[in-house]
Amino acid sequence: MAMTADEVFDKVREVLVDALGVDDDDVTGDAKLVEDLGAESIDFLDIVFRLEKAFGIKIAQGEMFPDNVLNDPKYVVDGKVTDEGMAELRRRMPHANLDAFDKTRKVDDFSNVFTVDAVVKFVQSKLG
Amino acid sequence: MRWIWIDRILELERGTRCVAVKNVTAAEEVLHDHFPAKDGRPAQPVMPNPLIIEGFAQTAGILVGHANDFREKVILAKIGKAIFTDAARPGDQLRFTAHIERLDESGASTHGVVEVRDPAGGDFQPLATIEMMFSHIDKNRSGLAFPEHNFVFSETFMDLLRQSGFGG
Repeated sequence: MAMTADEVFDKVREVLVDALGVDDDDVTGDAKLVEDLGAESIDFLDIVFRLEKAFGIKIAQGEMFPDNVLNDPKYVVDGKVTDEGMAELRRRMPHANLDAFDKTRKVDDFSNVFTVDAVVKFVQSKLG
Repeated sequence: MRWIWIDRILELERGTRCVAVKNVTAAEEVLHDHFPAKDGRPAQPVMPNPLIIEGFAQTAGILVGHANDFREKVILAKIGKAIFTDAARPGDQLRFTAHIERLDESGASTHGVVEVRDPAGGDFQPLATIEMMFSHIDKNRSGLAFPEHNFVFSETFMDLLRQSGFGG
């Protein structure tokens, strides 16, 4: 039987608590992984590995957090994401809400799109 | 690995498991500072836990490096957990057993145990459980250049591997 959204959220919360050493209460839907939960770059790999194990899914490199888009000079000019880059991000990250980011498009603000809800939606899309 | 903190590799199964040992000796200066006699209390030399973690990191790092024939620069990136239940004293032998939980092109997660044996008798006893992650840094640092040569798996390290009966 398919997992409910609440069940997915609870399991994602467990993963984030284990990976980031945060309290259960800190893991709310709109919490940002970097700014609010203190995630660093290696934590993203840790989270991916733990999600794979917890949900029995396979996540390719860059599938959930496609940071390589921002390293591509085609998509970033003067520290800001181009129209083409924005379109690529929307294509690659249907699980994330990019509207707020679209307003500034500053590469430095990009980590704010990695919210707990984005992770939950990503997992749901993988579970089908 | 710019310094070697394990004495011998006992088992090395590609992508699966590595076992290594280290002997704890009073000749190691660090034991004289950890902990020295103070205020009438006699000295209590024990191996500092961070150095026990280092021994595990070297064991697990070898396992992760070996999985790709030591082509990757394997760097300890995160200690997820390190829980100690005992201490290692001069004369003891430490045994590190590391397993790969998950390996991909970016890095690996590992877990395992450290055990300690008192040569005066008895078998290995649990000392710590550890989880740690390694990064293949060339795959995770776009734009940052690292030296071409593999400074992690140096010649000194390869000697250790050969002396343990692994590698050419």
